[in-house]
Amino acid sequence: MGKKSEVIEREEVVIRFSGDSGDGMQLTGTLFSDTAALFGNDLSTFPDYPAEIRAPQGTVGGVSGFQVHLGHSEINTPGDFSDVLVAMNPAAIKANAKWIKPGGTIIYDEGNFTEKNIEKAGYEKDPIVEEKLDGYNIIAAPISFMVKEALKDFGLDPKSVLRTKNMFALGMVYWLFDRKLDYTEEYFEKKFQNKPGMAEANKIALRAGYYYAETIEALSPVYKILPAEIAKGTYRNVCGNVATAWGFIAAAEKAGLKLFIGSYPITPATGILEELAARKDLGVISFQAEDEIAGICTSLGASFAGNLAITSTSGPGMALKSEAIGLAVMAELPIVVVNVQRGGPSTGLPTKTEQADLMQALYGRNGECPVVVIASSTPSDCFHFAFEAARIALEHMTPVLLLSDNYLANGTEPWRIPKMKDLPKINPPFADRKEIPFLPYKRDTEKLARSWAVPGTPGMEHRIGGLEKTAKGTVSYTPENHELMVKLRAEKVERVVNEIPDLVVHGADSGDILVVGWGGSYGYLITAVRELQAAGHKVSLVNFNYINPLPKNVKDVFRRFKKIVVCELNMGQFADYLRIKHQEFTYEQINKVQGLPFTINDIKDKCIKMLEDK
Amino acid sequence: MAETLVNKYTPKDFKSDQEVRWCPGCGDHAVLSSVQRALAELGIPKEKFAFISGIGCSSRFPYYMDTYGFHSIHGRASAIASGVKIANPELSVWQITGDGDALAIGGNHFIHVIRRNIDINIILFNNEIYGLTKGQYSPTSTKGLVTKTSPFGTVEEPFSVGELVIGARGKFFARTVDTNVALSTQIYIEAAKHKGTSVIEVLQNCVIFNDGIHDTIIDKEVRDDRTLILKHGQPMIFGKVNDKGLILDGLKLKVVKLGENGITEKNLLVHDALEYNPGIQYMLANMMYPEYPVALGVIRAVQGPTYERSVHEQIEGIQKTAKIKCMDDLLMSGSIWEVE
Repeated sequence: MGKKSEVIEREEVVIRFSGDSGDGMQLTGTLFSDTAALFGNDLSTFPDYPAEIRAPQGTVGGVSGFQVHLGHSEINTPGDFSDVLVAMNPAAIKANAKWIKPGGTIIYDEGNFTEKNIEKAGYEKDPIVEEKLDGYNIIAAPISFMVKEALKDFGLDPKSVLRTKNMFALGMVYWLFDRKLDYTEEYFEKKFQNKPGMAEANKIALRAGYYYAETIEALSPVYKILPAEIAKGTYRNVCGNVATAWGFIAAAEKAGLKLFIGSYPITPATGILEELAARKDLGVISFQAEDEIAGICTSLGASFAGNLAITSTSGPGMALKSEAIGLAVMAELPIVVVNVQRGGPSTGLPTKTEQADLMQALYGRNGECPVVVIASSTPSDCFHFAFEAARIALEHMTPVLLLSDNYLANGTEPWRIPKMKDLPKINPPFADRKEIPFLPYKRDTEKLARSWAVPGTPGMEHRIGGLEKTAKGTVSYTPENHELMVKLRAEKVERVVNEIPDLVVHGADSGDILVVGWGGSYGYLITAVRELQAAGHKVSLVNFNYINPLPKNVKDVFRRFKKIVVCELNMGQFADYLRIKHQEFTYEQINKVQGLPFTINDIKDKCIKMLEDK
Repeated sequence: MAETLVNKYTPKDFKSDQEVRWCPGCGDHAVLSSVQRALAELGIPKEKFAFISGIGCSSRFPYYMDTYGFHSIHGRASAIASGVKIANPELSVWQITGDGDALAIGGNHFIHVIRRNIDINIILFNNEIYGLTKGQYSPTSTKGLVTKTSPFGTVEEPFSVGELVIGARGKFFARTVDTNVALSTQIYIEAAKHKGTSVIEVLQNCVIFNDGIHDTIIDKEVRDDRTLILKHGQPMIFGKVNDKGLILDGLKLKVVKLGENGITEKNLLVHDALEYNPGIQYMLANMMYPEYPVALGVIRAVQGPTYERSVHEQIEGIQKTAKIKCMDDLLMSGSIWEVE
């Protein structure tokens, strides 16, 4: 390792790789975060890429970024402002200038700051000057030139040579953070097993960047982030979509059922379908349907036939699935519908995050049509809540809507790998022979779940469907029967409350402000609340995962705080829901609808102001 | 299923305890009866049948069958039936649908189930009208038909079911008439035995809103001269006194009279339902009175891999050599690290 002129020990640091869609920033960021994870840092990552597959080169619209937040202490968000920005072109400066910490480090590819590119990014002459970044730690590295030099005798075509620029930049960053290159080198050896030339070229560019940084020494200060204090165990990095997919496979294994996913590609939910399509080794049946409606309807058919059936989508697809969710409610079949939320309405902001589909999940169907609604809150706990959603669906014979969001779906964090033996067994209420003649809507007294008689079972032939029925399964339009069945279906969902955990208060169980969040904004809220607590404020957090039904102890928690502030990435849907369910409290709101997560300061500043106002 | 064949059923065994609520005189009654007869002859254990329907008069069908049944939502029966069959290929899955359910709101699912060749049997009741909503035109209504939503006659072209099925790369298409129980029963049996999506169009009479719509073709007095019952391997011959037939004249079918211009049975086309090239079958499916007789019977029945078999074979093939055998294996695969 080279000499480090000045070493700064830091609790945490945020670094952002940014460039054209084709510059390989996602891979660069992933390799960096894997290396940091193996080193033992806690971390959180978030990719941020345009909806266009290849937006015009060099434009701000085509900028693709990957942010990594790593630390010696617990990390819950990908971070707001970056300490280090790697900018592969002028547009990357334009897109990120206001998100760099004052005095932060900017590494940019000098060779790509041509007159044309500068103009394309909307600058006149010098992006650094025009953004007033001159006081920052600016490193103009001739990355394009250096990779050409390093690989000149390699016989690669010029395009392939320039494609290794990201590795040169990564090499520089590894030096800056005092990290080893071996994980990245192994990655290329594996990836280009059959193209040793490509593996070698990338490795040469990586090392060239590393040695260049060492040579110029201009990169000081060098950041040192010690490994985090992390609970003992075996870890891996995981993103929300993969964790969700795996939660369902785990649930199918614990229920002894086959897993069926009927789904239609939609950003940002497609990763779930892709992961499950790849899991034929574990017997997953994946069906890419002709549309969103067929996605859920094939799943419903598979559920009728006795599989653990799920479907995955995002807001617009959710709208198309509404009628079939109603059928699942009426037929009382188990199914999990995952909505990876994005900015809406309509096509909205396909690659951005939002939490604005809550009311749709709760109420977006015709008739009295209650379903269980659950929300995941971190990339890794998507596994747990997918498992729980499947367990509740199967054991209570009800559809469950599982809300994730773009930020969870694509964000990654280290995850302590669970052991299957530690997960509960799932026991669907399969009808037994004592129940012949089989009555499809006869319920158990505890959960009010009906029994599940699967086609193929002798003696239990029966008919279900979307028309209102009596307990015997006969179609009935009798007024009293309809009201009875509506109430029974609602009560069945209500009784799920007996199986969900109480709300957990992060911090003291009484105080001046209770910050209330739900689902994916947990990371930002807990970070902000902890900082407020460290500054001596009497602020605590509850973050809801169980939305319908709500946990039993809500009232008991809420009444111990002077103010309740509901924070969510929408105009106040959860706040309004709480106003319906717990009218006795007054709710303040912090809302943001920019397609972006909260920043820590969004929450902190407003809470401090509320504390001053009291 | 071959080893579990049983032969103990009568049509009555497939009647449920529900009162049949179709209008008196509705063609659906005869279809129900034909299907119950066919099922009794198939020798498949009763619990293996699943009847899936959408919405419409015909879609009440599952309630009247003492089998597993799912009366679903408008247009989606193809998708639900697909899920049932893929989840459990051992089942004999039947979809009951109508011209509105299958070809209007469910058109997309209809063509895709056919394209995938999922082994389900689709009985499409074609009465060229919306009955349950009380008389609006459907995608198969003849151009110009006056209905409640076309008081001055429709201005749109109808679908031909057979053309659509073949266009979606369908491998089995048959046509029958609701009241012809013998022909229908035989076709349902053939459809059940066919591996892949089978579509059977039933010319069905809506006694209330489109009464007699098929009478020009199927009325007792005229039907022998205006329909052609196709049989694989048999010459295409029809008429009350078997005096008419079909020949290929250039690129078109042509009706000829036997005995005229020296034409004998030997000159007639012989039906080949097993021919993969759908050219002749396509023309047969599209024949319309008065230029041609309307074709009945199994028009096309060709073999092809079924979707659900391919899905399960792929899974089994991958599982044979897979390193990941259970969830714990997956959790511990790839890049992992220990924290001491």
